[in-house]
Amino acid sequence: MSNPLIDMEKPDVIFCIGTNMTECHPVAATRLKKAIAQGAKLIVADPRRIGLAELSDLYLPLRVGSDVALLLGMAHVIAREGLIDRDFIESRTTDSDAFLEHLVEFTPRWAEEISGVPAKDIETAAIWYGESGKAAIYYTLGITEHICGVDNVQSLCNLALMTGNIGREGTGINPMRGQNNIQGAGDSGALPNNYPGFQPVIDPANQAKFKELYGREIDLDKGITKVTALDLCGEEIRAMLIDGENTLLSDPDRVHCEHALRSLDHLVVIDIFLTDTAELADVVLPATAFGETDGVCSNTERRVQRLRAAVPPPGQAKPDWWIVCQLAQRLGFTGFDFGEPKEVFNELCSVSPIYAGLDWERIDKSEYQWPVPDKNHPGTPRLHEGEFVNGRGIFSIVRYRDPAETISDEFPVWLTTGRRLQSYHTRTQTGRAQGIDYLLSEEALEVNPVDVEDWGLRDGGWCELSSVRGSVKVKVKSTNRSPRGTVFASFSFSDVPVNILTGSGYDPITETAELKVCPVRVDPANDSRLET
Amino acid sequence: MNLPLPKQAATITLDGEEVAFTEGETIYEISERHRKQIPTLCYDPRLEAFGGCRLCVVELEGARNPVASCTTKATPGMVVRTATEDIEKHRKTLLEMVTSENRELDVDSLRGYASQELTRLVNRYEARTGRFIGAASGTTNTDDKNPFIFRDYDFCISCYRCVRVCAEQEGDYAISVMNRGFHTQITTEFNGALRDSACTFCGQCVQTCPTGALADKKAMRAVEMPGEIEKTRTICPYCGVGCSIDLLTKEDRIVGIHPAMDGPANEGALCVKGQFAFDFVHHPDRLTTPLVRGEDGELHEASWDAALYRAAEGFRRAGDTHGRHSIYGVASGRAPSEAAYLMQKFIRVGFGTNYIDNCSRA
Repeated sequence: MSNPLIDMEKPDVIFCIGTNMTECHPVAATRLKKAIAQGAKLIVADPRRIGLAELSDLYLPLRVGSDVALLLGMAHVIAREGLIDRDFIESRTTDSDAFLEHLVEFTPRWAEEISGVPAKDIETAAIWYGESGKAAIYYTLGITEHICGVDNVQSLCNLALMTGNIGREGTGINPMRGQNNIQGAGDSGALPNNYPGFQPVIDPANQAKFKELYGREIDLDKGITKVTALDLCGEEIRAMLIDGENTLLSDPDRVHCEHALRSLDHLVVIDIFLTDTAELADVVLPATAFGETDGVCSNTERRVQRLRAAVPPPGQAKPDWWIVCQLAQRLGFTGFDFGEPKEVFNELCSVSPIYAGLDWERIDKSEYQWPVPDKNHPGTPRLHEGEFVNGRGIFSIVRYRDPAETISDEFPVWLTTGRRLQSYHTRTQTGRAQGIDYLLSEEALEVNPVDVEDWGLRDGGWCELSSVRGSVKVKVKSTNRSPRGTVFASFSFSDVPVNILTGSGYDPITETAELKVCPVRVDPANDSRLET
Repeated sequence: MNLPLPKQAATITLDGEEVAFTEGETIYEISERHRKQIPTLCYDPRLEAFGGCRLCVVELEGARNPVASCTTKATPGMVVRTATEDIEKHRKTLLEMVTSENRELDVDSLRGYASQELTRLVNRYEARTGRFIGAASGTTNTDDKNPFIFRDYDFCISCYRCVRVCAEQEGDYAISVMNRGFHTQITTEFNGALRDSACTFCGQCVQTCPTGALADKKAMRAVEMPGEIEKTRTICPYCGVGCSIDLLTKEDRIVGIHPAMDGPANEGALCVKGQFAFDFVHHPDRLTTPLVRGEDGELHEASWDAALYRAAEGFRRAGDTHGRHSIYGVASGRAPSEAAYLMQKFIRVGFGTNYIDNCSRA
């Protein structure tokens, strides 16, 4: 997030797109609700009539995968109505002329044809966002999990840049991170293109620095992403070490994924449960869990916080850092003789410019948001105040592209996937917490009531959901949350592995999977054994 | 930027001492800063002041009656006395009346974060006199079978903190007040189960309840467990918001969660997962020993030594046979940063490649 969580209480206009925040980041949503109670206007763009949509002043029900069209249409109106911030554009950005010229053809009428959102609502959204002195954008995987995920993000950046809604209180471009330490995993350098602290691996200065620090030559090229690595399993890739990820259920195209992992010569999984993924491993190493591990994590607002152990782990489970060190030492690698997590974190701080002002003691009270470049620095709750890291904000010329697969006679329905309030990811944790089943015990496909009728389904009955990759059986839930022609399922339940269906394509830059769009067919399943 | 203009600090006289305040501050807030320990029951600093319990009344010179300090904003020159003999006597009588309606006074602290507030005040004011023995108000709801929130309204004192936190803090408006006076009852729309209401089971009503009338059912399972309750500050293991929590432990078990009121990301708020989905940690499915695949194709328990040997050998063999680009690492978005840092170091130092990623792409 460019801005701190507390800023969520301060905008005049809130634009949420591709985020089911009341379910996926409920505590952040409480802050938005406070802003709304104080008079802020809420615009929600989402294919589904989610909880946030019910709270909104303006709901934009866009067709899955049409975000770029909607956002281009909004940018067009902002430019046409003269709502751009000329001072900001002149002093802080570059390439605005080409961008403003590019916008001319993308009228709200054009955007309506692609997105299905009425042109007059696109106009209203644009005018509210453009007129506001303090407008903030919030998004999640509904923006990034598309073949055009980067285009989507850049389209949002364009809106913020053209209106100057960045670098100030109550503004910004704010992705909500989905996992407790997904931010920290990136901060720590577990990326094929960056060393710790987002230092690009292709920068010769960084290469020299890490050659010195790590005492060996390192590839001068970027590594491959996990997505590519899975494609190459059994060919280039022969051995994999996976720490705490249930790849088999969380990644798209389960059949492909299982085949990939099975074709490895050697798979080692570190986890706290024997997940579907761990079941495929040659060696499974038991890790300590939440409440048993001392360490550090970073949240979605870049706040670096301490994790503390309160109870001993079961049996012989060990902390992940210890396990990796032991493995490294047995392979004769040097630089892995750590005695406690504090030493590991302090080494991370010493090699990462964004953590340079931090150490184990200084983060004790959760006071710092990175970057913290030195020990006298108070941290950076708000990014881009005064100037951008790279100098000037760059407008991107973005065009709309169809999703990798679009609906057809054979697969006439859009499936979109996501999470639910009461379950988390693949339920390895929430599925084992007593009581959660009382609230949510099984998966159900959310279908518009009219479609339930038209497709010969029954609320509470079973259907067969098929894509070009496979099919799953799932119960039907009739609900107006789904618009006509679009259905929704979460990927939480292993008995309804919707990732058998998904995996139509990937963003060419980030290789993030298009998990939010998948053409499917929905047929009634009359198998009486499945009736309940 | 509109910076406030510097001006002569406004003051009031608080128990004979002249103290400064900022515009908008209430007498209660000023008194808190000066550690006056004014008793309250309906007060939660995160909520709009309510002025319902009347325990926080103070003497204000010039006012005919004592005023509720939580709802009275300070104005320059006010003369306030927070604990005169009359005020303290009034507070004791109020507490005697409040407690007369409750089934019992001593509730286990596992019921919730604020559950000891009434008990503490009753002890402080020595109000266990039984002067007003009479009918009990509030009826415990035993029909609601939800596994998280015990609706033990026998202990309810109608402070409305639960209703207010649900509305003001959560924006859920799941619970409301039915009837008036002695027959006041906290309820849901249509007086049904919480599951059938707008309730999201965030547990905020439980944690703000000053009497334990709303109680954490999961934590209460540990009431009979031996051992003292200890608290450990950490971060919730679910989404990326990073809510601060206090783990409640007895011996070697996590028995409950309290939201950290001073947590920077959440300021006391939590959701159903952070509040109640903690016990996976002690689930019997936890891996307790390394596993190694045997010649029979099955995973078998192994010693750390044997498992690490096997794990290391596999990587060594892959590297020797297929080159260093045959090995790939996937770091966790759930484990601490130390794990991710060492995973990337393992690949970069060990094999000299950038064949490392985390699970953020799917």
